[in-house]
Amino acid sequence: MRLIEVLGSGCQKCRYVEQIVREVVTAGGIEADVQHVTDVAEIAARGILATPGLAIDGQVVAAGRIPTREQVAAWLDLA
Amino acid sequence: MTSLAIRQRAVPLWAVVVLGGAAWLIAWFVNLPAADWLAYDALRLDRGSHLGDAVAFFLYDSPKVLLLLAGVVTLVSFLRSFVSPNRVRRALAGRGVLPGTAAAAAFGIVTPFCSCSAVPLFIGFVEAGVPLGVTFAFLVASPMVNEVALVLLWGLFGPWVALAYMSAGLAVAVVAGLVIGRLGLERYVEDYVWKIRAGSAIGEVRTTLEERAREAWRSTVDIVRRVFPFVLAGIAVGALIHGYVPTELVVAAGGRDNPLAVPALVVLGVPLYSNAAGTIPIVEALLGKGLPLGSALAFMMAVTALSVPELVILRRVMKPRLIATFVAVVASGILLVGYGFNLFVV
Repeated sequence: MRLIEVLGSGCQKCRYVEQIVREVVTAGGIEADVQHVTDVAEIAARGILATPGLAIDGQVVAAGRIPTREQVAAWLDLA
Repeated sequence: MTSLAIRQRAVPLWAVVVLGGAAWLIAWFVNLPAADWLAYDALRLDRGSHLGDAVAFFLYDSPKVLLLLAGVVTLVSFLRSFVSPNRVRRALAGRGVLPGTAAAAAFGIVTPFCSCSAVPLFIGFVEAGVPLGVTFAFLVASPMVNEVALVLLWGLFGPWVALAYMSAGLAVAVVAGLVIGRLGLERYVEDYVWKIRAGSAIGEVRTTLEERAREAWRSTVDIVRRVFPFVLAGIAVGALIHGYVPTELVVAAGGRDNPLAVPALVVLGVPLYSNAAGTIPIVEALLGKGLPLGSALAFMMAVTALSVPELVILRRVMKPRLIATFVAVVASGILLVGYGFNLFVV
């Protein structure tokens, strides 16, 4: 079970990241808990200065940009 | 779409860049004759008529602004992949007040920033020990003075207007930062902000040129798609002004002789939520109708630097008093710029 957190205040780009993540998870057939963290204090506490951010198993892997499906797959060891 | 070409590994990066550049140049030079032909020959509108001029302006300006936008955003997104907010924060923490404020305003030009990131950015800066005034200088400069605004201004009005806007914008940001820093308003930042202890940032590895180029193209598509409606709306309003609003009216209402013109334009600009790209076509039409440069710059600054949605977002980290001070200081700076240019620049 992987924990995937999309960190963003609910803007367009953040929702897009969540959509990409869900697609990759479904396509890869893995079990994952996809969460959307919208609490700004929490986002800032993770060291993220520009949203959207993406954290996998508690580790921030991207911030301030929209990752590609291939990148997300690689972070989830699906590639 | 070029994005498809980039995805195919068979086509090398340089070929995509060369072909894209060539297509861009051709489109740029074909645009004016094509728009003229469409408006006056294909649609048979009269040259010099209200409708004809408005339509020709719209047909010519929409591709021009979009071409400029696509070209410049691609270039800057690429260059920008070398500057991250984290680097900026590290560079700003622990500097003196004046150099820190000036550097923050300058960083504001090149650093990616949209109002949805304002809160994490603010917390991150404050938490890293960047002084409040320096943080504000960045918050003011970033949305107001950016590469999109500068290049559009340069392309449409020439280098002097672009440089004037940049210097004025930086001056407003630096002065606002210095004033807010001097006022000692730290207690009006929401209390929880001071308690946050941010974890370490990420160590991202993405260095290949191709990845940066692809990233740049993707963010260009994203940005252009996002600002496209604003630009078209702006151009449509600009076209109406261009074709229908009499020059005498603009000069009388917004000219140097009306002392209330600048504050009125600033007040008008705040609730308008748009970015620089959407505002510039309107400003272009108004300048063409004889609006003085100072008034035009003030209007554009008010639209980009002060927006209601951003203030609502900032409310989550700032108490009302701090927001009010922020608005008052920035608005005064913009007023000074407007009056200054109207008085001293012909």
